[in-house]
Amino acid sequence: MELVVASAVGVLTAGGVYLILRLRAFPVILGLALLSYAVNVFLFATGRLAINAPPVLQKYGEAAYTDPLPQALVLTAIVISFGMTAVLVMIALGAYIEADDDRIDMTGDDEAAGKDSTA
Amino acid sequence: MMHWIIAPVVLPALLAPLIAFVMRHDIVLARAASFAGTLALVAISVGLTVLAADGATHVYELGDWPAPFGIVLVLDRLSALLVLLTSVLALIVLTHATATGWDARGRHFHALFQFQLMGICGAFLTGDAFNLFVFFEVLLIASYGLMIHGGGKVRLQAGLQYVVMNLAGSTLFLFALGTLYATTGTLNIADLAVKVREIPVEDAALIRVAAMLLMIVFAIKAALFPIQFWLPATYANAPAPVAALFAIMTKVGAYAIVRVHTVVFGPDVAALSGLPGTWLYPAAAVTLAIGAFGVLGARRLMPMLAFSVVASMGTLMLGVAAFTPWATTAALYYLIHSTFAAAALFLLADLVVARRPEGDRLSAAPATVQNGLFAALFFAGALGMAGMPPLSGFLGKLMLLDALRDPGPMVLGWVVILGGSLLIIVGLARAGSILFWKSTAVAAHIPPEEECEDDIRPEIRPAGPLQVAPTMAAVALLALLAAFAGPVTDYLENTSAQLFQPDDYIAAVLDAGEEG
Repeated sequence: MELVVASAVGVLTAGGVYLILRLRAFPVILGLALLSYAVNVFLFATGRLAINAPPVLQKYGEAAYTDPLPQALVLTAIVISFGMTAVLVMIALGAYIEADDDRIDMTGDDEAAGKDSTA
Repeated sequence: MMHWIIAPVVLPALLAPLIAFVMRHDIVLARAASFAGTLALVAISVGLTVLAADGATHVYELGDWPAPFGIVLVLDRLSALLVLLTSVLALIVLTHATATGWDARGRHFHALFQFQLMGICGAFLTGDAFNLFVFFEVLLIASYGLMIHGGGKVRLQAGLQYVVMNLAGSTLFLFALGTLYATTGTLNIADLAVKVREIPVEDAALIRVAAMLLMIVFAIKAALFPIQFWLPATYANAPAPVAALFAIMTKVGAYAIVRVHTVVFGPDVAALSGLPGTWLYPAAAVTLAIGAFGVLGARRLMPMLAFSVVASMGTLMLGVAAFTPWATTAALYYLIHSTFAAAALFLLADLVVARRPEGDRLSAAPATVQNGLFAALFFAGALGMAGMPPLSGFLGKLMLLDALRDPGPMVLGWVVILGGSLLIIVGLARAGSILFWKSTAVAAHIPPEEECEDDIRPEIRPAGPLQVAPTMAAVALLALLAAFAGPVTDYLENTSAQLFQPDDYIAAVLDAGEEG
């Protein structure tokens, strides 16, 4: 169980970092999505891994329960990363349509940039 | 319980959707609402600063849940000061954006502006690490919108880069918070401070990882080496009023380092043994050097100002990295100064660039209207940014030099601050003489037959009093900061004394539930 979760986080992070380093809009968006999955699983595991245990106690006598706080944190993180990905897709689309190029790094020489940005 | 503490978050949070949904077709109404809101924010933050000046730590429990379980907002001298700084800067920037018509060049400027204020004020006030993450996201998502306000190819590309950088930073923030929660079982800053101090040195590996991950996250926001590279492209291509507002965004990162790495991972924590300062100090020195060389090498005005922001962040973080009360006092003084200095220069640059046919490229061009006024304002702003007397930058740097005498690597700090100042002076002087002096010379040599082109060219209007007023206000604030350096420094000394005695903060937050 621990091995599966740990390697899942590791593989997702590695994939995410690799895709971000591609510096093209689409791979970078996918890479950021993978990274956010990785961090969600990681956050989930910070409350310790427990199987078949309720997060909220029905009565105080129950011994085994899983930490509910990380679940709340993951929920928040999912919502935020979902919204951020949507914004990112829109901006990337706008940049692609305007520039006809999906590179993330700005390689164009800054002489040309000067005229445009101050218009 | 006093409800005013949450007002700087609630007011913009209510105003922004109202502007976005009700007033989106009426720019006059949106401007009026945005102004009223920002003015009210200034009034509230003045009130909060007066309240916090008594030295007590005021705690606001959301939903009346006691501290380690619920989220708290904490008002102490530091957070009150920064909220005040934010609201005053916001008023200046809003006046400029409205007077120059920047807010009408795209949609939803005022709504995004208010959301941005909500995020910044929230980040300054919160006493919970996860809540800090949420407010970071709020201010970031608003800043994405503001950054690409007005559109254009280069701005969208720079915006995309900025968004990707910050999304990666947010992921890192979550990793840091996860590690922190796994080791301590809490995310309340006061409770973290207690738990971290209980961890024995031999079990401290994970908490060190968490502390350094958090520092990297905040360093991205504060634009420290080696993660400062996003800043010049972003600030140079953002709309100028937005770049002026972003002057406070880097300070959010600096604030978070000051707060978290004194209260939670302070120099007295055995598990860390001064690790943050060891890394922060050289990073800040390199940042300052990069900024100074950037100012010297820039070929356009806006990137040049962006690099001067990088340099000022380096200077500021040198003071923070020393982690002594006096150095923190100096750093906070410099923080106030550099915010207004950067804002003044960006706002002025907007006025000048809009009136030059050459855009913001640093090359001689025919003189624009009001050359003398702009030259004088640029001179004042550059004096402030470079740290020359009589403006507050000089006092700030002097205090920093004095504060850096004590701890070990003094030579490094002195060499970098003094050398960096020299390079920035040279860079700004070069820019000023190209923009304002050489331009006059070229204008004199224009052959008469070219004058007929004047009516073909778009008419260049002189800046009205309302357009120049915000820049003047920012410069005047620098002068006031220098004139009232005594009282301000007293306040800041009390602030850093409060920071380096986290016991009061911890007691106030954790005991608040028992009293209420």
